[in-house]
Amino acid sequence: MSNTLKAETRELLYHKALIIRTELIKMLGLSGSGHSGGSLSAVDILASLYFYELNIDPQHPDKQDRDRFVLSKGHAAPALYATLAERGYFPKDLLAGLRKLGSPLQGHPDYLKLAGVDASTGSLGQGFSWAVGMALAAKIDKKAHRVYALLGDGELQEGMVWEAAMAAAHYKLDNLTAIVDNNNLQIDGPLRDVMSVEPILDKFNAFGWAAFVIADGHDFEQIVSALEQARRIKGQPVLLLARTIKGKGCSFMENKVEWHGAAPGPDETERALKELYAQQSAL
Amino acid sequence: MEKIATRDAYGQALVELGRKYDDVLVLDADLSKSTKTIDFAKVFPERFINAGIAEQNMIGMAAGLAASGKKVFASSFAIFATGRAFEQIRNSLAYGKLNVTVAATHAGITVGEDGGSHQAVEDIALMRSVPNMKVIVPADAVAVKKAVTAVYESGGPCYLRLGRPQVPVIYDENYDFQIGKGSELKTGTDAVIIACGIMVEPSLQAAELLENQGLNVGVVDMYSLKPLDEALIVQAAKRSGAVLTVEEHSIIGGLGSAVCETLCSCYPVPVLRMGLPDVFGQSGKPAELLDFYGLNTEQIMTNIHKLLDLKG
Repeated sequence: MSNTLKAETRELLYHKALIIRTELIKMLGLSGSGHSGGSLSAVDILASLYFYELNIDPQHPDKQDRDRFVLSKGHAAPALYATLAERGYFPKDLLAGLRKLGSPLQGHPDYLKLAGVDASTGSLGQGFSWAVGMALAAKIDKKAHRVYALLGDGELQEGMVWEAAMAAAHYKLDNLTAIVDNNNLQIDGPLRDVMSVEPILDKFNAFGWAAFVIADGHDFEQIVSALEQARRIKGQPVLLLARTIKGKGCSFMENKVEWHGAAPGPDETERALKELYAQQSAL
Repeated sequence: MEKIATRDAYGQALVELGRKYDDVLVLDADLSKSTKTIDFAKVFPERFINAGIAEQNMIGMAAGLAASGKKVFASSFAIFATGRAFEQIRNSLAYGKLNVTVAATHAGITVGEDGGSHQAVEDIALMRSVPNMKVIVPADAVAVKKAVTAVYESGGPCYLRLGRPQVPVIYDENYDFQIGKGSELKTGTDAVIIACGIMVEPSLQAAELLENQGLNVGVVDMYSLKPLDEALIVQAAKRSGAVLTVEEHSIIGGLGSAVCETLCSCYPVPVLRMGLPDVFGQSGKPAELLDFYGLNTEQIMTNIHKLLDLKG
């Protein structure tokens, strides 16, 4: 992998990812429910997008020419909220409201309620189609901004994902980058047991996409260089298949399917935070 | 009486709207020749998007386009638009309060020969139950043109129910169409018929024939099923004391249900509901099917007499 990242950028992303992980564990601990595993697996991708790749302005979240990001795997909302807060879209004290009555931080993202959220998602597959629609709108209006979507690997089991994939290639949406958070686990177990989705790259290739693997979806060098490569592709949409670890960053959650839809209890929250603080102080 | 299919009027209305506004986009799912969005596609090919036979993604893309500032009309047959893509309409369009009109043609049994699989008799019920959705059922070609402009101007998600066959034009250009209103076409003191869509015309005929029998029966065109003109329903019920609802839809969840929901809490009077009695449709010619399911002038008259017996 080429060394495209400056040392300070790499350090910044690492630092931001640690803060995001810390905040999302705190949020999940306070709410007592939510999706820990798939939030943690997506953090490094989100940090790379929001602190490197996306052309956005948190002071003007509705700016027309901004890049768009759609969290199609809407259950990773805690990771998105922690990222948006860290990026300055809203005060961090809102994070404590996750999943609580009256809070703009709904269990799944609601773009009408929270600044910085570009699409209401949660029902798998639908965010991907929103993203295709947004990329199409940019093409129709001859705008230069890009659209990014983050999908779960289990989400690829939804039929409409393939309807959207077909349409994005048909309309040659080279302004669309879709990233799959390939942590290999879904609620009922490993994907290969529940419903195989491999070979993912071949499937997207066959649908007319340029598709690349990010061998380590927690390596900023690899994530950033793949995002840059995606920007250079013309005439077709790009899929980045990021191999990730569910629960990444909390040792006792890693690769454990039980943490798909569970939030840490008080002791577990403390334990997870202790690990994350240790990593921060090692910086 | 001149006859025009509401889907034909829709195609023409889209072209007029497209000429007036640059932000109008039209989507279809490989049925543009039938839904008549092809009229728009011919004039504005750059603003027409064919989603292919993929209604779920059509609605999902419509959401993304609308979230980018476009005013979208997405069309297919009613059964596929509201059935196949129900959850996309619910979770993307309505939950996101987006500027998309799901304009579905081939609603009801007058699809005809294609049969029960293609005849949506539950679409109004589905769309009416979703928060943020408006539901509009125009009675003729003039109403369609006014409705297309009105839904564009009002914004927000909307379901526009259109039909396949040619139907009589009952309004002229002075017709006052407002979302949230109904039209009281005739006042009546003995009973009132509240109808929507293509059932308005036979209701008017029935009221006229009943007049010859000495009965004063009112007719309301309740084209805006949501928001519903509750004041007009109550007013008509107070004046007449008995209500007959007529719709080309299941009697469960449609106009009849909406009227009963209003009256039972505001002004209870006897109500009879005409529509599909919890059955699917079947193949046949549209006119034959309307007769088979009792959705004609004669049956409306018969039901008014039953209603008057109930009223006592």
